[in-house]
Amino acid sequence: MPVVETRNLTKVFKEGELGAVNDVNLETREGEFLVFLGPSGSGKTTLLRMIAGLEEPTAGEILIGGRVVNDLSPRERRIAMVFQSYALYPHLTVYKNIAFPLKAQNVKKELHKEKVEWAASLLGIGALLHRKPRELSGGERQRVALARAIVREPSVFLLDEPLSNLDAKLRASAREELELFHRRVGTTTIYVTHDQVEAMAMGDRVVVLDQGVVRQIGTPREVYDEPADTFVATFLGSPPMNLVEMGDFIIGFRPEHFRVAETIRDSPKVAFDLHVQNVEYLGAEYILSGSLAGRRLDGKKVIARLLLGQSFEIGKTHQFAVPEQHLKFFDRSTGKRIEPRTLEWQ
Amino acid sequence: MAVRRAKVKSMGAAQDPALGTAMFAPAALYILLLIGVPFFLAMYYAFSDARIGNTDLHFVGLENFRSILQSPSFRSAVKNSIVFTLASQIIVIICSTILSTALENKFRGRGVIRYLILLPWVAPIALGAIAWKWILDSIYSVITWVLVWLHIFKPYGAPMWLGEPHLAMASVILVHCWRLIPFSTVIMLAGQTAIPREIPEAAAIDGAGFWRTLFQIKIPMMTSIISVAVLFGTIFTFTDMTVVYILTAGGPYDSTQTLPSLAFATGIQGSDLAAGAAISLFLVPVLVVIAYLMLRVAHRAEAT
Repeated sequence: MPVVETRNLTKVFKEGELGAVNDVNLETREGEFLVFLGPSGSGKTTLLRMIAGLEEPTAGEILIGGRVVNDLSPRERRIAMVFQSYALYPHLTVYKNIAFPLKAQNVKKELHKEKVEWAASLLGIGALLHRKPRELSGGERQRVALARAIVREPSVFLLDEPLSNLDAKLRASAREELELFHRRVGTTTIYVTHDQVEAMAMGDRVVVLDQGVVRQIGTPREVYDEPADTFVATFLGSPPMNLVEMGDFIIGFRPEHFRVAETIRDSPKVAFDLHVQNVEYLGAEYILSGSLAGRRLDGKKVIARLLLGQSFEIGKTHQFAVPEQHLKFFDRSTGKRIEPRTLEWQ
Repeated sequence: MAVRRAKVKSMGAAQDPALGTAMFAPAALYILLLIGVPFFLAMYYAFSDARIGNTDLHFVGLENFRSILQSPSFRSAVKNSIVFTLASQIIVIICSTILSTALENKFRGRGVIRYLILLPWVAPIALGAIAWKWILDSIYSVITWVLVWLHIFKPYGAPMWLGEPHLAMASVILVHCWRLIPFSTVIMLAGQTAIPREIPEAAAIDGAGFWRTLFQIKIPMMTSIISVAVLFGTIFTFTDMTVVYILTAGGPYDSTQTLPSLAFATGIQGSDLAAGAAISLFLVPVLVVIAYLMLRVAHRAEAT
């Protein structure tokens, strides 16, 4: 299974302006599900479109299976792509939509029926083959788009926010289906999303992008637990990581690690006074927001996420703490993560 | 209470039949006076012996239609109208598809070229046709001059563009195409922008080249807009007599005479109003069919 690699890949749309994608180096692993995660305008879709061959890079190289493909057309790259809008051909039936790549790549006509039926059954749309795209629901269209992508057995799958047009309920089940589908076919997949939940749930590894720059590449656990900088720290996690400025440093800790002091017994901890300003009850948990009290940190806004079983009054001050191993340190000027150090807390 | 009264009043205004009639009347009057009256007058004349300069009218039944159907110039006009319409529509659709495809993507100077292409449609048809009459003139033709200069024809041996039956028909068709292509191109450009950008991109990724994308994806997706262009073009061509009248006046030997120009030549120039009216009535069934097809296309476009 060939891998996709980019070397110093850059895209500048308007000369003199900041690039949409800047100097991106990354490499997929065989059969991997790689997610490009970033806010809108972070360059993730542009990056994907360059890999697909729909956008020409300003600088840098794209390699598929070890071969530079910069000058190859999309069809010669042997990739398949699913668009955000699915881009089904509205005048063709589902069967003809799925058969189109076979026809376009001059696959023998006798094989079409068999291959289309194989792809359709893989996605459970065998009963829809005679319908037109406008007669399908959002979820069904997505499956047709996937079937059209899989039918010619591509070496790489590119998916551009394929779930964002589905309603919330459908999205969860479609996500699960996509995961199962990937496990079954095992094709190297690059998936673009702005939804961190999708990225964490589906990705073998996540590439976090911001303003065209790769901020971090790692497994979901790595980018969540060991964020490379303050952007990654706050972009992943809901509510995001608390960041508190202290001298030359920024101290970060996740809301779920910010707990009532007396419940942390078995590890060294750093204690804070929390002045509770708001409590949100979310069924399985409480979200507490408030400000720290005490000399150096007085007035800093923080959020805590607590399980049920404790009660807090708005306006009161409580003893909270963070286990020492969960404190993250960032350089204040660059925002980059640095080694933990001992600090004068109060 | 005040709120309630206001509501009742506004609903009353919406249901007021007098206001509705008043708003509708100008349109109805316009259609009645400018289209209805001439149309029924033509029907009336077609069954009479109306002649210019004669105030006496007698009902003659189908006599006019009988004599028209027997006249060889009517039969050749029907044939010419069909050739003129079909040939120019085929050329117009092919050219405007090419032009609209070429003008779809951005490039330097696209705005200027779009403007130039639209000019023939904006310019008064009479002026354009007179210019073409000079370009194709038997003595002063620039085309002939260039061909002689290139030694393709000997001086005085060049073809007479408007003086030989087949060449005259070809000239009339091409000048009419020159006029219709911009109109059709603008319609097709509008149709192309309605195709989402991802569709041709998906086709490119699926492995389709330029021609496959054009013929299997883009053109099929544009069928309804293309049929609008064809139907409008057919009406403009089938009922048009300006180009024919100015370039050849139907000649040589009736070889470019179409139904509208024959109706004009017989009814107005030949002062046989009844026969002219009867000839023009032969246009009606064709136009009714086209109008029906247009409504169907419009309805289908609405439904999807």
